[in-house]
Amino acid sequence: MSDINEIRMQVMWNRLISVVEEQALTLLRTAFSTSVREAGDLSAGVYNATGEMLAQAVTGTPGHVNTMAEAVLHFINEIPREEMYPGDTYVTNDPWKGTGHLHDITMVSPSFRGDELIGFFACTAHVVDVGGRGFGADGKSVYEEGIQIPIMKFAERGVVNKDLLKVLRLNVREPNQVIGDFFSLAACNDVGHKRLLEMLEEVGYDNLDTLGDFILSRTRAATAERIAGLPKGAWSNEMLTDGYDEQIRLAAKVTITDTGINVDFSGTAPMSRWGINVPLIYTKAYASYALKCVVAPDIPNNAASLAAFNVSSPTNILNAERPAPVSVRHVIGHMVPDLVLGALAQALPGQILAEGAAALWNIHISARPVAGQTGRRAEVLMFNSGGMGARPGLDGLSSTAFPSGVHTMPIEATEQTGPIVVWRKELRPDSGGAGKYRGGLGQIIEIAPADGHEFDFSAMFDRISTPARGRNGGENGAPGSARLDDGTKLRPKGWQHVPSGRRLVLELPGGGGFGNPAERSAEARAEDLSKGYMTEKK
Amino acid sequence: MTQDIRLGADIGGTFTDIALDVRGTLFSTKVLTNYSAPEQAILDGIEIVCRDAGIAPKDIAIVIHGTTLATNALIERRGARTALVTTEGFRDVIEMRTENRFEQYDLSLVLPTLLIPREDRFPVKGRIDAQGRELQPLDEAALEALADVIAERGFGAVAIGFIHSYMNPAHEERAREILSRKLSIPISISSEVSPQMREFERFNTVCANAYVRPQMADYLSRLQVRLKEMGAGCPVFMIHSGGGLISVETASEFPVRLVESGPAGGAIFAADIARRFGLDRVVSYDMGGTTAKICLIEDYQPHTARTFEVARTYRFCKGSGMPISIPVIEMIEIGAGGGSIAWVDAMGRIQAGPESAASEPGPACYQRGGTRPAITDADLVLGKLDPDNFAGGKIKLSVENAVAAIGRDVGEKLRLAPQAAAFGIVEVVDENMANAARVHAVENGKNISDNIMIAFGGAAPLHAARLCEKLNVDQCLIPQGAGVGSAIGFLKAPFGYEALATKIIGLSEFDVCAINTMLDDLKTTAEGFVRAGTDGEILREVTAFMRYAGQGWEIPVPLPDREFTTADRGMIEEAFKTRYAQFFGRAVEGPEIQFVTWSVKAQDVRPEGETFSLETEGSPGDVPSTRTVFDPAFGAEMKTAIVPRHTLQPGARVAGPAVIAERETSTVVTSPFDAVIQADGTILLVRKGR
Repeated sequence: MSDINEIRMQVMWNRLISVVEEQALTLLRTAFSTSVREAGDLSAGVYNATGEMLAQAVTGTPGHVNTMAEAVLHFINEIPREEMYPGDTYVTNDPWKGTGHLHDITMVSPSFRGDELIGFFACTAHVVDVGGRGFGADGKSVYEEGIQIPIMKFAERGVVNKDLLKVLRLNVREPNQVIGDFFSLAACNDVGHKRLLEMLEEVGYDNLDTLGDFILSRTRAATAERIAGLPKGAWSNEMLTDGYDEQIRLAAKVTITDTGINVDFSGTAPMSRWGINVPLIYTKAYASYALKCVVAPDIPNNAASLAAFNVSSPTNILNAERPAPVSVRHVIGHMVPDLVLGALAQALPGQILAEGAAALWNIHISARPVAGQTGRRAEVLMFNSGGMGARPGLDGLSSTAFPSGVHTMPIEATEQTGPIVVWRKELRPDSGGAGKYRGGLGQIIEIAPADGHEFDFSAMFDRISTPARGRNGGENGAPGSARLDDGTKLRPKGWQHVPSGRRLVLELPGGGGFGNPAERSAEARAEDLSKGYMTEKK
Repeated sequence: MTQDIRLGADIGGTFTDIALDVRGTLFSTKVLTNYSAPEQAILDGIEIVCRDAGIAPKDIAIVIHGTTLATNALIERRGARTALVTTEGFRDVIEMRTENRFEQYDLSLVLPTLLIPREDRFPVKGRIDAQGRELQPLDEAALEALADVIAERGFGAVAIGFIHSYMNPAHEERAREILSRKLSIPISISSEVSPQMREFERFNTVCANAYVRPQMADYLSRLQVRLKEMGAGCPVFMIHSGGGLISVETASEFPVRLVESGPAGGAIFAADIARRFGLDRVVSYDMGGTTAKICLIEDYQPHTARTFEVARTYRFCKGSGMPISIPVIEMIEIGAGGGSIAWVDAMGRIQAGPESAASEPGPACYQRGGTRPAITDADLVLGKLDPDNFAGGKIKLSVENAVAAIGRDVGEKLRLAPQAAAFGIVEVVDENMANAARVHAVENGKNISDNIMIAFGGAAPLHAARLCEKLNVDQCLIPQGAGVGSAIGFLKAPFGYEALATKIIGLSEFDVCAINTMLDDLKTTAEGFVRAGTDGEILREVTAFMRYAGQGWEIPVPLPDREFTTADRGMIEEAFKTRYAQFFGRAVEGPEIQFVTWSVKAQDVRPEGETFSLETEGSPGDVPSTRTVFDPAFGAEMKTAIVPRHTLQPGARVAGPAVIAERETSTVVTSPFDAVIQADGTILLVRKGR
C-alpha cells in the first residue's frame, strides 16, 4: 500500500468512528427514556455486509456494544438477503439474540448503495417499559417479563409496520414514550447510513470492502501481537454473589493460547428460578470487555478485536436457556468482569485491580398517594454505583460505575419525576477496602416517600452478603446493605414496600483494597482521615 | 453613547491582542501575555496602537476586555482556598460527579483534581423540595458556628450550594446573610451564579465562581487603576462567555462568566462578518496555537448553550473537565492548534495533540529548543509556510529542524518519507477538526455542509480549505484582521445579558399570572445589567426551553415578548412542535409538552454596519511567483502560485492551488478551490465549478 493510501485509510477509519458517534448522538438527542438521555444506556455501530462490526460509538455501555456485535449476525441469518430492501429497518428485543433482556430494543438497518448491500447499522437502547411485571427480578419465566418481539421488520422500504405499533401500544405501560423510542432508534440508523454514503462518495469507494479489510486486518494483527505477549496457560477463579434468595457461585477458567483467550464458565451455579439469569451473549459481552481492558485497551473495538476472545459454558446462570427469566440479567452479568479479572490476576500477578461493587445498584420506584389521600403516581428509575476496586498504584474510584458505562441521574431531576425525597446521597466512609491502595468508597442513599405518599420498589442490588475481595493482601471492601430507617432488613432483589413516614436506607458496597495495608503511605493515611474517607474508629 | 474610539483587549494563553478602532480605522498589535502582571501587556499594547493611530490614551472612549485568566486559574488550580457550604446529605456532589468513567477501557483512569476537597465542604441542615417548598428549616445556629470555623481556617472565599435552590433561593440567601456578618471574604451563592436544575453542574459552577473570585477581583481593580494612571479613564467593560458585555463590578462578583470570553469574542467577530455578507448559515473556525474552536452561527447569531465543560484533563475527552452552567456561546473546542504535537500510537496510527509545544519551546522549526514535531512543522514541510517570511519575517523557520523532528517521531516509526509523514500529520489534525465540526453540527440538529465557513486565528487559514473539502463546504471567508479576530469581535459585542429561571410546568397547567410575573422579574434583571452600559434602545428576546414530558433534553422555543394570556397556549404548542420538527425531523404525537427553563435576553441595539454581497466570480489576477506545495486532494506536490495578500485588489481571482501570504499567516488555496477577493479585502475560497 502506498504511503498516501495508507494515510487515507487511517483517516477514513477515524471517519467511520465519527459516523457511528453521530449515530449515537442522534439517539441521545431524540430518545425518550431517561435511562438513555440522562444515563447513556445505549450503543451504536456499523457492520460490513457479512455482519462483522467495523466500528462502534464511544458513547455507550459494554453490555450493549459487545452484545450488538453478535446480534447483527442473527438478523442476517433470519432475514434472507432477497427480502432486504433499501429503507428497511429490523427490530428485536429477544434476550438471546439481542442484548440479554426484553427492555433493550435492538434495531438493524441494511445500508444500500444503489442496489448493492454494503453493510449494516445497528443500535440499542433501554426503553422505559415492555409490559409484563416491569423491570425486576420477580418473574418466573421470560413470558412474565413483557412482550417479546422476534426478529422482524420495523419498516420495509421506509414504511413502518403499523401492526407492530398497534400490538406494542396495547402491551406497554408508556406507549407514547416506547413508540417514540422505536422511531428514534430507526432514525439514528438512518443518520449513520446517510453519512456513510457521503463518505464513500467523497473518497470514491463503491463499498466498505477495502476499508473494512484494512480495519479488520490492522486490528487482528495488533490484537495478536498483544496476545503473543501474554503468558500461556489456564487459570481459574470463583466468586460468590448474593443471588435472589440464596448465594450463587460463579466460576470461570481463563485459557490463554497462541491464538486467543477462552473463558469457560463450567462450575457456575445452575439457572435461577428468578429473573437474574444471564443469556450467554451478555456474559460474553462482559467477559470480552474485561479481557479487552487488560489486553488491548487502546485498540478500537470491532469484530477483529473481539474475535480473539471466546466463551464457553454449559447451561447455567451465565448461559441461561429460554424461557428462563432474565429481566435483571445485568446484576450477575456485571459480576463477570471481576470473575474473569480474578483469573487473569494469576496470569499477570500485580497488574490487575481488586474486585469492586461491580453491579449497578439500580432501583425502580413505583410511588403513589397513601389510601384516601390525593397526590401523584409515578415511576422513578435511578442508577447508582458503589466503589471500584483499588488499582495497582492507584486507589479505587469512589461511587463509579464499573464495568457498566452508564451515568447516574441528578437528584434534582429524579425528584422532579415523582413524589419522593432523597435525603442523602453521599460517599460512605470506611467502605473502601484497606490496602497499600485503598478501594473506592461506596455511597449512602436515603429515600423517603413525599408526605402523604408511599412506594414500592424493585431492588436490583448485590454484594450485600458477598463483599468485593481485596487483591495482593488488600482487604475486602465493605459489603452493602438495604434496610428501612427503623432497622427493618430488606432483600437484595425483588419488589418491596416503603410505607409513608419511613426512609429506605441503601449502603452501597466499597471496592476491595490492593496490596498490604501496612505499606500504605503516611500521607495517604493522613489524607484518608482529614477528608473523612476513613474515620478514627476504623 | 457615541464611542468613536474603542479599544478591544484579549488576553490569550500566548498573546495579548489589542484592537483599536478609530472612527472605523483599525489598528492592532499582539504582545506576549504577561502571566505575573496580565494588565501590563494590555498597557504595553495600548501604547503601541495609540502611537500607531496618533492618539492619546485619554481619547479612548471605551475599553472592552476579555481574558483567559479565569479559565487558566481553573485549569491550573490556582484559585483561592474555598469553603463549600451545602445541604446535609449532599457533601460529595462535586466529588461523585455523574458516577461515570469518561474513558471505558482505561482502568488506570485518574479523575481531575477537585477545586474544593472534602474537608473544605461543610454540610448544613435545611431542605427545599422539588416544588420549592421548605421541607426542613435552615439550621441557623450551625451556620453561626460554621462562620467561626471558616474564619479560623483561613479560607479566601465561600461558595453556597443547596439542593433545589433554583426553585427557592431563601435558604442560600439567609445562609449568606448569617455568614457575612462574621466573614469579610466574598460569598457566592448558586441560585445567583447559576439558577438552573441539576445539582452537580450548579454546585460546580458556584464553586468555580468562588474559587477564582478573589484573584479576578484583584486583577480587575488593578487594571482599572493602571488604566487611569496612564490616562485612559474611560469605562471598562468585560466580555462574558455568552458574548455580551458586563460591567467590571459584575464581572468581579461573577467571574465564572468570564470563562472562555476570548473565544466568545471570536464567534462575535465571525457573526459580524456573516452579517456584513448577509450569510444566514455560517460555521466559524478559529484555530490558534493550542486549540481549534468551531461554532455554528445562524441568522448572524452564534448558537448559545447553558452548560459547557472547562479544563478537560484527559485528551480533551468529554466528561474529563468541569461542567459550568452559565449562558455561553456554544462551541466545540479540541486540542488542535499550530503547536499541537504529533506522535504515533501503539496501533501505528498518527495522532496529533492535545499536548502543545505552545510558545516555549515552540514547534521544532521555531529553533527555540523544541524538538518534537508540531502541526506548524508539518505545514512548513508541506510548503504551506514560507520559512523566510513567517510572522512578517520576525521568526525564521528551519525546514531542516522540522524535517528532522517529523522524521524521527513519525516518519521512521511508520517507514514514511518526511513529506508523507507531514501529510499524515496534517490530514489527521484536519480530520479531527472535521469530525468535531460534524458532531457539533449534529448535536445542534444541523448538517455541516449547508454552511459557509468563516476562518480566523493564526493557523486557521492554512487548514481551512482542506477542512472545507472534508466537510463538503463550498465557500469559506478569511476576513482581514483574522489574526486578532477575538479582540475585534469585542468591539462588535452588544451590551447584553441573559437572565434564566427554571420552572418545570406542563403546557396544560400553563399559569398565566405566575409566568408573567416571573418573566417580568427576568426582564428587570436582564435590563438592569444592560442599563449599566447603555441609555439607548434595548432589544429583548424571550425563550422557553421546552420538551416532551419524560425527555431529558430541552429545545429552545422563541416566544413573543409580551404579556401572555390563556389564549396563547395553542400558539406556544405550535411553536414548540415546529421547532421540534426542525431539530429532529418530526413532532411526536401523544406526550404532554413541558416548560423547563425560561430565558430573557436583553441587549442594546447596534447600528447596522456596511454590507456587501458575496463576489464569487472575479477576474484572474497576476501570479508574481510560484513554489511547490503539497496538495492534499491531488496527493502530491504541485506548482503553486504565491501571492502577497496586500497586492490583491477587490475582484481579483486566484486559481488554486495557491498560497496567499500575509504578515501573520498564509491562506492555502487547495486545488479544488479558487480565491476571490471581496470588496472589504476578505478572501473568499470558492469551490471550482460551483
